[in-house]
Amino acid sequence: MSYIEAKNLIVGYEGEAVGDPISFEVNPGDYLCIVGENGSGKSTLVKTLLNLQKPLGGELITGDGLRKNEIGYLPQQTPVQKDFPASVKEIVLSGCQAKCGLRPFYNRAEKKLAEDNMKRMDIFSLADRCYRDLSGGQQQRVLLARALCAAEKVLLLDEPVSGLDPKVTAQMYELIEGLNKEGITIIMVSHDIDAAVRYASHILHIGDTVFFGTKEEYLQSREGKYFLRKQEDGKND
Amino acid sequence: MIDLLIFYLSRPIVQYALIVGVLIALCSSLLGVTLVLKRFSFIGDGLSHVAFGAMSIAAVIGLTNQMLIILPVTVISAVLLLRTGSNTRIKGDAAIAMISVGALAFGYLIMNIFKPSSNLTGDVCSTLFGSTAILTLTGPEVVVCIILSILVIALFVFFYNKIFAVTFDENFGKAVGTPTGAYNLLIAIVIAVIIVLAMKLVGSLLISALVIFPALSAMRIFRNFKSVTVFSAVFSVVCTILGVIVSILAQTPVGATIVAADLAGFGICCLIGFIARGGAK
Ligand SMILES: Nc1ncnc2c1ncn2[C@@H]1O[C@H](COP(=O)(O)OP(=O)(O)O)[C@@H](O)[C@H]1O
Ligand SMILES: [Mg+2]
Repeated sequence: MSYIEAKNLIVGYEGEAVGDPISFEVNPGDYLCIVGENGSGKSTLVKTLLNLQKPLGGELITGDGLRKNEIGYLPQQTPVQKDFPASVKEIVLSGCQAKCGLRPFYNRAEKKLAEDNMKRMDIFSLADRCYRDLSGGQQQRVLLARALCAAEKVLLLDEPVSGLDPKVTAQMYELIEGLNKEGITIIMVSHDIDAAVRYASHILHIGDTVFFGTKEEYLQSREGKYFLRKQEDGKND
Repeated sequence: MIDLLIFYLSRPIVQYALIVGVLIALCSSLLGVTLVLKRFSFIGDGLSHVAFGAMSIAAVIGLTNQMLIILPVTVISAVLLLRTGSNTRIKGDAAIAMISVGALAFGYLIMNIFKPSSNLTGDVCSTLFGSTAILTLTGPEVVVCIILSILVIALFVFFYNKIFAVTFDENFGKAVGTPTGAYNLLIAIVIAVIIVLAMKLVGSLLISALVIFPALSAMRIFRNFKSVTVFSAVFSVVCTILGVIVSILAQTPVGATIVAADLAGFGICCLIGFIARGGAK
């Protein structure tokens, strides 16, 4: 049984579907990359996977001991966060919120968890710094640490490298790869097909046509060939 | 001057005004931080106009205890307004503006048609801008205000971490299983209660100032949520005390004086923030 299984899943807003039905599955330890052009419905799919909105059709089954709220989430940045006065520590700790239930304050175990995850993401020295003063790469690591506090099994990352420069992008990918090697299942949205092909074990391509399969299958498929060629052309321009 | 001040401060009516003022200032500034950060600064404004409309209805019907209508109507509006959050078509700000002017016009209209009191202009003016002179509060009113304020502050402290989580990133909270809807509801109700309380002090038109200025001032200087919250509470209380005292000594309208004090405080905080950042930015 897999962690997440989608059968002919239709996503969209207010009854209007975005894109075609999607079928795929995510098994423990997988590294799934969701690729597709802007507006093809990647973020919409992410929100559906997180139960922020209901599917318009089809089935979305979570299993293998994964509860619905055990998916850590790295959102695409929202404008509110950009000028939010919050320290790194406050934000990472807020990842433990769901564990608290009605208890008003964080307990020692949760504070320890936040500290460990800050060290893991190499941001412990920034604990008291203000989030909005950090560089883009540091901000993403803060949000990753928060996501790790919330869930240990699956991480869902929506365009984790958008707006980062190439060097920081590479570091970010390495960090995510490291987490995957530690056994965390990764679902990453990206429109960087190169990176998807390089790091992912499975690829879900949505948009005009839908493809799901392993990386190797993708490289042999029509979609994969077409998009790789397109990116090559883009670079030669 | 000092003697005069001591003389005034020994009078119960002035003491009442100060106690109520401080409590309201404290409550409104606490939630102000959340509202400003959630881009809901204007909800205070909208709700106070709704409260004005509700009060007109109460006055026309001739209710002695107007709270019975004002509080429920304002709470319901707050809940509805905060629901029009990120995931709907009508944007929050447009909805608020619509309800806000609608309620204001409706309230004034029915007051004019039914003329519940002889001094209509005076009544409307003091509801919009707060009392012209010192607040006249009765003992029971003060007690109600103290109880509600303590409740608000207790709720805020108890739910502080949750309010932070919901404010910073609602979708993340929802995704990992925090009942964000329930917390938003709580925030809405508390805000409505504060607005109704604050209407007495500064009037419906100036309430936004109590909500917005402390948070904005604190954000000029401080850079984490806890400091911003604490400082805006202190800022709000200090400005309100100054405002009440000046309004007594200079015989100015209390609401407008408090807002003027907030404005001055904001200016000072901007300056401090500017200097602290070494003149950069
Ligand atoms: N809140 C919303 N309400 C209605 N339509 C939306 C909303 N958000 C996005 N859309 C539409 O859904 C489509 C997919 O958007 P999105 O999932 O954000 O794409 P991607 O993340 O792949 O760039 C777009 O056409 C967009 O206009
Ligand atoms: Mg997107």
